[in-house]
Amino acid sequence: MTRILIPSGALGLGYDKTALERGIAAKPDLIAIDGGSTDSGPSYLGRGVSKYSRASTKIEWAGLIDAAQRAGCPLVIGTAGTCGADSAVDWLVGITEEILRERGATLRVAILKSGQTEIKAAALAPLHPAPEIDDALLADCTNIVALAGAEQIQAALDTGADIVIAGRTTDTAIIAALPLQRGCHPGGAWHGAKIGECGALCATNPQSGVILVDFDAEGFTVTPLADGAHATPHTVSAHMLYENSDPFILYEPGGHLDVTGAHYDALDDRRVRVTGSQWVPGRYSVKLEGARRVGYQSVLLTLLRDRRYVENAPAWCDDILTKCRAKAEARLGTDAFEIELRIIGRDATLGALENRANGAVELGVMGIVTAQTPELVDEIGKMLNPYLLHHPLTPEEEQPTFAFPFSPAEIERGEIYEFCLNHVLPLEHPMDAFRLEVREIG
Amino acid sequence: MAELGSIVEKVRSKNAGPFWLTIDIFCGSAQAFARVRDGVSTDRVAGLFQTEASELKRFDIPSLNVVKFSLPRPQVQGTRADRDMHGASYAALIAELEVN
Repeated sequence: MTRILIPSGALGLGYDKTALERGIAAKPDLIAIDGGSTDSGPSYLGRGVSKYSRASTKIEWAGLIDAAQRAGCPLVIGTAGTCGADSAVDWLVGITEEILRERGATLRVAILKSGQTEIKAAALAPLHPAPEIDDALLADCTNIVALAGAEQIQAALDTGADIVIAGRTTDTAIIAALPLQRGCHPGGAWHGAKIGECGALCATNPQSGVILVDFDAEGFTVTPLADGAHATPHTVSAHMLYENSDPFILYEPGGHLDVTGAHYDALDDRRVRVTGSQWVPGRYSVKLEGARRVGYQSVLLTLLRDRRYVENAPAWCDDILTKCRAKAEARLGTDAFEIELRIIGRDATLGALENRANGAVELGVMGIVTAQTPELVDEIGKMLNPYLLHHPLTPEEEQPTFAFPFSPAEIERGEIYEFCLNHVLPLEHPMDAFRLEVREIG
Repeated sequence: MAELGSIVEKVRSKNAGPFWLTIDIFCGSAQAFARVRDGVSTDRVAGLFQTEASELKRFDIPSLNVVKFSLPRPQVQGTRADRDMHGASYAALIAELEVN
């Protein structure tokens, strides 16, 4: 039996300290926590930074280092620093150094890096839907990461590390690695890892975080540890739906998990046992994520409260777009920019898919200016500003004035990024695309 | 006729990675599940997203009383044209469908 303690769905989200104490007392073989995902968008991978506060990360990470030391087991984080880029791994290594220095402790830290610098388009296979790529686009990416699987985490654990800080990994790999290495049921290992990867999201009281997953030769058992948290066959099996396009199949490096035949049984009112999941081996390939710069952006916000303008907002916006675009083209000598106005209170969320009309009291109009240089964005934003402040519906009327919530009205967003890879990279050997380093830190 | 959101427990939409959107309709009972399964055709959902039914994956899961749809995201997550980074608001389109 291999027992994995999962404190929460992500480092930075907090965890229940009382429940974590119960987890330590249960003598886990490993503590695993996820450090990120793509869910917050391409900027984090593009810049190679974390979305969570450094102070929160340090406090929570220090708490987990202490927990692992007291439990006498390794601590593993995957996708360090939200995106798992090399710079985000270095950021967490730096925090770890600071913590261990303050503790006066020295620990062995294995650092697994997932960043890719020499990828060629011809080596990649597209998934559906995949953006068009070529070598120039790949060279344009500020960060490309490969998602490590269980094998790379196993290699890191094999160094005898007290702490493993991994770059981008699949959410499941950090949990599945040790049970697989110890010969637990492979279908159960991957399935239990998927169920556990978001912490107690697979149970009632989902924000309580801490859960234990016990892996064995036939399957796995889930035990949430917070007061009032219960796993039921329904909550556990329903978790396969979560952020999964297919609730029965999950692709991982080297094969896929098929849970079509899984059985979910309540052991009592708190724990669920799962058997019957299958691991289907396949070719060894790792998924890639990449983000590239696509320009600079500024945002402006104005508020319409005058009833006539609220009722005629789309026509007002169309007129502004026509006039502002013509002015910017004439004065700046380029048409390489985008100006968009989204009407908040009408269809800003769903755009062309919106199918309801309403009678709003007020509307927000969000102007979005995008171009290739910050100077151009700045110039166009300043040209758009007076329209959003004073543009009349008809030429005859007295000049109106709308509500700017800020001065200046333009809010610089800086450089913006896009995800540009939905591809896999076949590998001869799992470590081919990854780099492992071991350091005594403290 | 009833609004789908009023007869089910919850409709949730989420990203499934940057390129896919997935919608889970938690019906809450076998009766509601049957109404949703029979009353919400894949074509209707494709129409809401202005795409082809062949682009949608559909899962009717009686053991959970869940109907699930997955489709390529209307806009890739975080692109300039994307309006909802986490894709959670698309659920409203489904919840507002009228079903028998």
